[in-house]
Amino acid sequence: MSAPEPDTIALARPAAAGILAAVPKTAAGWCRGRNLAIAASVAAALAAPLAVQNFVVFQLTLVMVYGLAILGLNLLTGFNGQFSLGHSAFYGIGAYTAAILMNQNVDYYWTLPCAGLVCFVVGFLFGLPALRLQGIYLALATFALATAMPQILKFQPLEPLTGGVQGIALLKPDPPAGLPLNADQWLYYFTLAVLLVMLAAAAGLVKSRTGRAIMAIRDHPIAAAAMGINTSLYKTLTFGVSALYTGVAGALGAIVIQFVGPDSFPFLLSVSFLVGLVVGGVGSIPGSLVGGVFVLFVPNLAERVSTGLSGAIYGVILLIVIFVMPSGAAGFARLAAARLAAAQRFLTTGFAGRE
Amino acid sequence: MEQLLQQVLAGLATGAIYAAMALAVVMIYQAIDHLNFAQGEMAMFSTFLAWQMMQWGVPYWGAFAAAVGLSFVGGVAIERVLFRPIHNAPILSQLVAFIALFSILNSSAGEIWDFTIKTFPSPFGTRPFLGSTLISNHQAGMIGVTLVMLGLLYLFFRGSRLGLAMRAAAANPDSARLVGIRVGWMIALGWGMSAAIGAVAGMLIAPVVFLEPNMMLGVLLYGFAGAVLGGLSSPGGAVLGGFAVGVIENLAGAFVPYIGREMKLTIALFVIVGVLMVRPAGIFGRVVVSRV
Repeated sequence: MSAPEPDTIALARPAAAGILAAVPKTAAGWCRGRNLAIAASVAAALAAPLAVQNFVVFQLTLVMVYGLAILGLNLLTGFNGQFSLGHSAFYGIGAYTAAILMNQNVDYYWTLPCAGLVCFVVGFLFGLPALRLQGIYLALATFALATAMPQILKFQPLEPLTGGVQGIALLKPDPPAGLPLNADQWLYYFTLAVLLVMLAAAAGLVKSRTGRAIMAIRDHPIAAAAMGINTSLYKTLTFGVSALYTGVAGALGAIVIQFVGPDSFPFLLSVSFLVGLVVGGVGSIPGSLVGGVFVLFVPNLAERVSTGLSGAIYGVILLIVIFVMPSGAAGFARLAAARLAAAQRFLTTGFAGRE
Repeated sequence: MEQLLQQVLAGLATGAIYAAMALAVVMIYQAIDHLNFAQGEMAMFSTFLAWQMMQWGVPYWGAFAAAVGLSFVGGVAIERVLFRPIHNAPILSQLVAFIALFSILNSSAGEIWDFTIKTFPSPFGTRPFLGSTLISNHQAGMIGVTLVMLGLLYLFFRGSRLGLAMRAAAANPDSARLVGIRVGWMIALGWGMSAAIGAVAGMLIAPVVFLEPNMMLGVLLYGFAGAVLGGLSSPGGAVLGGFAVGVIENLAGAFVPYIGREMKLTIALFVIVGVLMVRPAGIFGRVVVSRV
């Protein structure tokens, strides 16, 4: 590629500099920019339900629920390199735990820690046999879990607890007295609060010593073991934490949708989580939320374009997304940021290469 | 004892379907090193093409050959157009591309040929096989064709230069390129062959499960399970795995209490996972040892 003529650079410089003025110049600047972006997103999320209709509030709540579930999958797949097609099962276990407890008159907010705990234990136990399996074999084992879940929920001897094929219908929780919010808006804020806490916890986990161990196992299991990391322990623990996240999402989902049934958690839900994970960005915490948006809205969009061909349109959109952003939204953002930084360097120093 | 034997035979008959599919699955795995999740839908689409040609008055074997040929071309085209551009993308992104392809094929077939169930003729007829009450001529024919395909593939991969080149391209793309193998085209060829095998499997399966856009979903899952059980690196193992899955599923349905029709799949899968615990690369699979 030939370098542009000097006078074109001189002409382009003021215009480009205007655009790039908004781009931070140092690592500290990037960090400040990120904090600003987080603050702006939280502010937008806080304001959103006051501006839109109840149905949209409900949809946005579901986006957060799916985002949280995808975050759970991301912890396992994106950060620890273990593949799972079984997360619909953990989501279902979380949802049923919440529903069964609420049927016993437990307050809805207490069902979340219970669902998380139950899923952590199940995930941890499932992680033990999963230790022996990798890649496609692990995919099959988790797939077995996903297909088993609806049938276990329909299992006759468990019917008094699970309601069998009928499922369990729930009541929408009332907002606390004195708050000027309707039930949908309250659930939205409740979900948002849970989501923020769990996002912060996930970010903290990833940054910690434990998080580095988890990622080292993904990047090179043998080297990680050689450095003294107990790979078996960390892998099963990650399985448990991942299931915990998805289980809490399931419990939230049950409260928001006010119904659980055995066929609400089919294998296809796992596929949706996987699609959301990849579209949002494997190994990116904010990407999980982008995935949640995609999983909820794009199928609806495809349905609106054409009812008969909705699957085909969904597939085409998905292919375009993969073609444009092979590493998901997070990878795309990272690439765009790198390009911008390079452009900026070029404008200030006339040298576009790496420093 | 009589009942056990009957269930085993019936299991073998359904197992033949899974074996055919497992073979197609392993084929593409050997060629491209990925599992193709859209394989079942590709087979379904090929079967619909054959059906359409028969509706237009083409005789069975003509439609059969044309469908296999078209599938081969289609498989190569899908690789060139859709998967070649993203072959450097992360493996999970490619997996999602498979899911997209699945969705596109399933939905278009439903739109073109609608979701009503259609019958598909069998070249072998559906009369009982040699007077047996359990296996029909068609099922026996299906087992036969699967075994013949397996034999031909074995000869192709072991005996021909092209087969050797394809194996080399799958096993070690870089070294294969260094000795002058056009790895990109080998992969495309693998896609074509797998689509063609899938088409044969689809046309054999269609008379049993009836033709409709969702016909391959369950079959593909069992096929995967069979392939993984037998070992993804072993076509013969995959065929045996497919038969084994059929038998396990049938026995579980007959002898384990509380098992409904749907629960059979779960039991079969858990048996398979149990086997994988002991042999993580499948019963006949080679354990891949890599230098660190």
